[in-house]
Amino acid sequence: MSMKRKDLLGLDGVSREEITQILDTALTMRQIVRSSNKKTAHLQGKSIVTLFYENSTRTRMSFELASKYMSAAAANIAASASSVAKGETLIDTGVTLDQMGTDVIIIRHPMSGAPALLARHVKAHVINAGDGMNEHPTQALLDMMTMREHLGSLEGIKVAICGDVMHSRVARSNIYGLTTMGAKVVLCAPPTLIPVRIEELGCTVAPTIEDACEGADVVMGLRIQRERQQKGLFPSVAEYCDHWEITPERVALARPNALVMHPGPMNRGVEIASSAADSAQSVITQQVESGVSVRMALLYMLTRREG
Amino acid sequence: MENLLIRGGRVIDPANGIDAALDVRIEDGKIAAVAPGLPADGAQVIEAAGRVVAPGFIDLHCHLRDPGQEYKEDIVSGTRAAARGGFTGVCCMPNTHPVNDCAAVTRYIIEKAETKGSGVHVYPVGAVSKGLEGREMAEIGRMKEAGIVAISDDGRPVTNSNLFRLAMQYADHFGVFIMSHSEDKGLVGDGVMNEGFMSTKLGLPGITRAAEEVMVARDILVAEAEGKHVHLCHLSTKGGVQLVREAKARGVRVTAETTPHYIGATDEWVAGYDSNCRVNPPLREESDRQACIEGLVDGTLDAISTDHAPHHEDEKRVEFPLAASGISGFETAFCVSNTELVRSGRMEMSRLIALMSTQPARILGVPGGTLSIGAPADIVLLDPEREVTVDAKKFVSKGKNTPFDGRTYYGAVCATIVGGRVIDKEDI
Ligand SMILES: [Zn+2]
Repeated sequence: MSMKRKDLLGLDGVSREEITQILDTALTMRQIVRSSNKKTAHLQGKSIVTLFYENSTRTRMSFELASKYMSAAAANIAASASSVAKGETLIDTGVTLDQMGTDVIIIRHPMSGAPALLARHVKAHVINAGDGMNEHPTQALLDMMTMREHLGSLEGIKVAICGDVMHSRVARSNIYGLTTMGAKVVLCAPPTLIPVRIEELGCTVAPTIEDACEGADVVMGLRIQRERQQKGLFPSVAEYCDHWEITPERVALARPNALVMHPGPMNRGVEIASSAADSAQSVITQQVESGVSVRMALLYMLTRREG
Repeated sequence: MENLLIRGGRVIDPANGIDAALDVRIEDGKIAAVAPGLPADGAQVIEAAGRVVAPGFIDLHCHLRDPGQEYKEDIVSGTRAAARGGFTGVCCMPNTHPVNDCAAVTRYIIEKAETKGSGVHVYPVGAVSKGLEGREMAEIGRMKEAGIVAISDDGRPVTNSNLFRLAMQYADHFGVFIMSHSEDKGLVGDGVMNEGFMSTKLGLPGITRAAEEVMVARDILVAEAEGKHVHLCHLSTKGGVQLVREAKARGVRVTAETTPHYIGATDEWVAGYDSNCRVNPPLREESDRQACIEGLVDGTLDAISTDHAPHHEDEKRVEFPLAASGISGFETAFCVSNTELVRSGRMEMSRLIALMSTQPARILGVPGGTLSIGAPADIVLLDPEREVTVDAKKFVSKGKNTPFDGRTYYGAVCATIVGGRVIDKEDI
């Protein structure tokens, strides 16, 4: 169980076989997460660094725990977003980490393409933990793991993704991953939050959230940041909710027992109503568990490559 | 100064409708004769068999970074790089530090070019507004007396349409026109590449074509209302070219240019986040590239400029959105243009020479751009058939920032002559 690639920068170009392998391995890893003795020797002797230029307690913790459960030496560098422009260059930081013997660098960065730049200049494996508006592959993998768990297969399922698609790396990774796995992805957002020609990535754009939810197997929300309103992308939260909020009524248009998902952190009462987020159909908390399992699988498979 | 005889080349001089195997005799820095079988008569002979002999290229738009950013380029390295690219004259934009918005800076540029430059004529472009701030007009009259050929706020286009109009009126009195970098900054927003499928795929903020087109339309309409000349810089969009075409058809005094990178590259090159593809306006799509070529072919566009924008390596070895915008363009201008326009069969070599030399000289009203008897002997020798692989490391320019690095084109610059003096002799 190993991967042919040095890095995981995104799900664009990752094959169905690779995704299936990661998800299968993640299932095994989940047993470790669920056991009372969370310690294996899978990453014994490996050094793993999380290099985060944006705050994200959730994703960083998930990677750190995944590393520690598998006995890796894990270190964390919290660089502020302002240091991106003013501090040491990304390439210099990467080369320094290389010199310290780092095996894997997990990077979160506000700018699209930063992990690709890093990967070109370091010997260490690079995992993209979210870059700008580009990709967040481990989030999509954990989403797919959660969906597969509940729905059996991803083939032919309909996934409605509602919210700020424009600025969402989660949306792009899910579009790549899900369409590769044979799922149908339908997007829904105000037109100002839909990127141009996104359909050419293999998804469709629904005219209304009702159309998007109709017959869906999964209804996924994406965070709406309030500063988007100040940037003139929509007029008010109230009007946004009128037209695009995920509510129990809208979820009711989906298939019975359709899953309600969200990558978090949620803006309750904006892109998703609490009554939908906390409903019996919601698997939002399970997504978190899948996150650790998927990251364990990925770290293991990437570092096994040379062995 | 030694007299020269350039013998046996294919002489192309669009201004005189010449495209034939001829000799060119240069005396006292001027063209003395263009005819077959000229005798050497003691002149130094340059054998030019298999070469094109043409008036030297004149660049309407470059950045020499001097004064103030000499770590990127300076007048010495910049004019040497220009000579390497076959240019005998270049217009440098005013976004230096300090800004070229007063006669003192203009004089500094001209004097340094004359005393320390490679010999390439440097034609400074003054600012439209003081400090490029878009508020008060710069001292256009005094800068003109000091030697500017045009005015531009380039990358910080004049947003206030009334200031634009007044500057156009005022400058015209001094025989100066505006070179406009037509871009609506509001529409650009935080965009860093063309808005299209590639920006969506790469997750980079896009710049709509309308950012260019809206300002092209404004610039044209103001020039039309005033009956004055406006020159539009480095057009990149299909819509921009079409607006110029329509304006020319109704008699507006508009001239316009595009650059080698808009006819030689597209936004697909940004894949992989190559920061050397970061340029403003951004690389567009294939239909825009084709429209720019079509504009050059049908005469809608008058010139090819380089928008030579050298940067230090450190300014490109960063995340794409942080990378400085611009391409080091002098040393690839001919090979890219020749390959995309002439070898591709879209135009004759004489048309390319007109776009890179004759017409820029006419737009500026400067000497050069012709091999007429008595004209300054500003000449380029070209080998249009030679295969060249771009090697940025070998650029004479300090700026090695080019998306063309490693790519193969056709067309070498063999020598550049200014005022009868050979200032670059790569291959003669
Ligand atoms: Zn410009």
